[in-house]
Amino acid sequence: MLSSKTSKAVKAYKENLTETVLEITGIRKEFPGVVALDDVQFRLQKGTVHALMGENGAGKSTLMKIIAGIYTPDKGTIRLRGDEIRFLSPLDALEHGIAMIHQELALMPFMTVAENIWIRREPQNALGIIDHKKMAAQTQELFDRLRILIDPLTEVRFLTVAQRQMVEIAKAVSYESDVLIMDEPTSALTETEVEHLFEIIRELKAHGIGIVYITHKMNELFEIADEFSVFRDGTYVGTHASSEVSRDDIIRMMVGREVTDMFPKIEANIGAPIMEVEGLTLDGVFKDISFQLREGEIIGMAGLVGSGRSNVAETLFGVTPATSGKIKISDQEIVIDSPGKAMAQGMAFLTEDRKETGCFLPLSVRENMQIAALKESYSRYGIVDQQSINKLCVEMETALRIKTPDLDERIENLSGGNQQKALIARWLLTKPRILILDEPTRGIDVGAKAEIHRLVSQLASEGVAIIMISSELPEVLGMSDRIMVMHEGHMTGILDRKDANQVKIMELAAR
Amino acid sequence: MTPLDKTKPAANQRPKLPQELNILSVLIGVAIIFEILGWVIKGQSFLINPQRLTIMILQVSVIGIIAVGVTQVIITGGIDLSSGSVVAMTAMIAMSFAQVGTYARAVYPELTDLPVIVPVAVGLGVGLFAGMINGFLIAKTGIPPFIATLGMMVTARGIAKWYTEGQPVSFPSDDFAAIGDGVWPVVIFLGVALIFHFGLKYTRYGKFTYAIGANPQAARVSGINVQSHIIKVYAVAGLLAGLAGLVTAARAETAQAGMGMMYELDAIAAAVIGGTSLAGGRGRIFGTVIGTIILGLMMSGFTFLRVDAYYQEIVKGGIIVAAVVTDVYRQKKRAKAS
Repeated sequence: MLSSKTSKAVKAYKENLTETVLEITGIRKEFPGVVALDDVQFRLQKGTVHALMGENGAGKSTLMKIIAGIYTPDKGTIRLRGDEIRFLSPLDALEHGIAMIHQELALMPFMTVAENIWIRREPQNALGIIDHKKMAAQTQELFDRLRILIDPLTEVRFLTVAQRQMVEIAKAVSYESDVLIMDEPTSALTETEVEHLFEIIRELKAHGIGIVYITHKMNELFEIADEFSVFRDGTYVGTHASSEVSRDDIIRMMVGREVTDMFPKIEANIGAPIMEVEGLTLDGVFKDISFQLREGEIIGMAGLVGSGRSNVAETLFGVTPATSGKIKISDQEIVIDSPGKAMAQGMAFLTEDRKETGCFLPLSVRENMQIAALKESYSRYGIVDQQSINKLCVEMETALRIKTPDLDERIENLSGGNQQKALIARWLLTKPRILILDEPTRGIDVGAKAEIHRLVSQLASEGVAIIMISSELPEVLGMSDRIMVMHEGHMTGILDRKDANQVKIMELAAR
Repeated sequence: MTPLDKTKPAANQRPKLPQELNILSVLIGVAIIFEILGWVIKGQSFLINPQRLTIMILQVSVIGIIAVGVTQVIITGGIDLSSGSVVAMTAMIAMSFAQVGTYARAVYPELTDLPVIVPVAVGLGVGLFAGMINGFLIAKTGIPPFIATLGMMVTARGIAKWYTEGQPVSFPSDDFAAIGDGVWPVVIFLGVALIFHFGLKYTRYGKFTYAIGANPQAARVSGINVQSHIIKVYAVAGLLAGLAGLVTAARAETAQAGMGMMYELDAIAAAVIGGTSLAGGRGRIFGTVIGTIILGLMMSGFTFLRVDAYYQEIVKGGIIVAAVVTDVYRQKKRAKAS
């Protein structure tokens, strides 16, 4: 039997839970020619984290933007603390206590942390002169409350991504917001930073703030969210407490069908060594990397963010040439000091950041697919053989199931998964012998993920040697023949498929 | 948020309209306004006058040649402010190799009556060289294109003045003067435009130019040698400015250090009115040609209506800004729709 004290606490907690901050019903939002949301509902309780789940294109971001006042819905009602309300602008929403923390952070790099937080609301004296001392003190007070360890007088440009996010959160809190929207806040954070973020989120919950949390990461959902709502194709599927369901349940709700095999590994015949790396070093970044890659083999590269995985890939491809070490391809020592040199050896490199180093956003899907292949082939005297390359583009579109109205559509209008497939097509058109994939499935939905896995497996079975970097251990374990683990710029081990498991990888990755 | 893959937006099921339709309708609109004003104010037609139209196109041919080069520079995300000064510099230097022997005060008295190919090669060479320096500075030192070409703008103008200590260079051979004769400038302009219209569309050079403007990092990782391509693009722009210098000098049958003043801004305006985005990655030569003709039409139309030159400039400024504002607005609408 419960003591009266505990049951009181439980009762208080339950009362707290049932207090609805934000309630949305019957929302519809149309864009020219497309219904982005139809009859969508959502309810946020005080002091809880409510996750929005769904594939890319399901309507999460549109809903979030409606809550934040960026879009106005065509139909439906929004109730804030019981009162019906209609936001005219993000500022309007902010003044009503709804703050959004953007994926692309919106801070001014050459101003101090304190100036960023209090912009437009700076403490002033009678003459309109800003009281910097008071501003710093206010910031410190805020940071103390949230347990953030940043000097309010640092300029924002010196902060890490994680620290900038903390500043954004603090800024939102400074508006006394009681609804906070976070759009994939952990996508650029290391594991320790994620832990810190979660601590802050728990702190915010304890202060009664409701948090709308968008994520693609299932484990985060179970770790931080109290409940979650699933959306599919712009419609509302359902809301559940995250303690009630399993991972598979959620995937089923999101996809609307069973995804039977996430990692369709095809047994490939592993052939002769194609690439040998010896003592590869990039001063100050990584040191003494040695391994051998064979035809048809998939080497998974695991390690925490910041362990140097992506740097090794960039060096192999000549983006940042090595300071020392050897790379042999087909038994021939090659100095790779530019991506062009790497491509001449039959290498291809799908970069980690689709937007920064992948897509040519204002160009068409077709142009995005063609560009790398033009370097070596499909052109004569500099004139591009449009006909033959177009035919191959169409074949790729079908084979990779790229969903686009047509190949002349601008790539920026495609969903993340389809952009990624177009970029994979770009490299397949170069007919690579060695394919380096850096986070090939980051930020894309479950269905497209499985398709990319299938494709990678198939390429390996055709003899392509593959290096795949991934932060998702199940992906690394499911796809790789061997797994190379990195920690702080060093290679801490290579595990065979049969010996590898999550625990062993984490031991090597975290030490 | 991209609901595209779920439902095809209606816009994409319509047959595609050419991208230049907007700008073409502006051209027609401007023409119609002048036609109406012509009848109202002067009681005669503005357009039905072949002579006037020929002169109009002749007037802007030189700007057009420069604008083609500048368009491809802007597509890479850069800018070229030096073209007007390069026109003057090449005009001066090329003309000094084109003088007739009967003229007593030739710049190089022993180098007169040379075959026309010499001044042409010298002129193109000078332009190309100036462009290469621009490209080299931008690609290798990483200074902004604005600064690099601003430097060239001042330097080239200085060289043009220094070359003959401010004296004009005159009396070219008939062969050289023929370059600027009759409708030749128009033929050269349209020829250059045609070559680059197809060049940007169907060659590797063109594809790489767009790619670099759209995302230089991605271009680099796609194996494009970004630095050397940038040098090429500015070199080509310089070459075309040199060609424009030749045409200008040949047509005037004299070269002066003050030639080509502000041509770079007219050329940039033509490109921008024609839909080339200063953000890079977007733009077409066809649009630039239309943009050039719009500028010419306005100049010719105002003269026809006897509007003061001051008013002409005021209106021209307004039209340039309006063109860019419309473009930005269109981009925003597009972004919102997706």
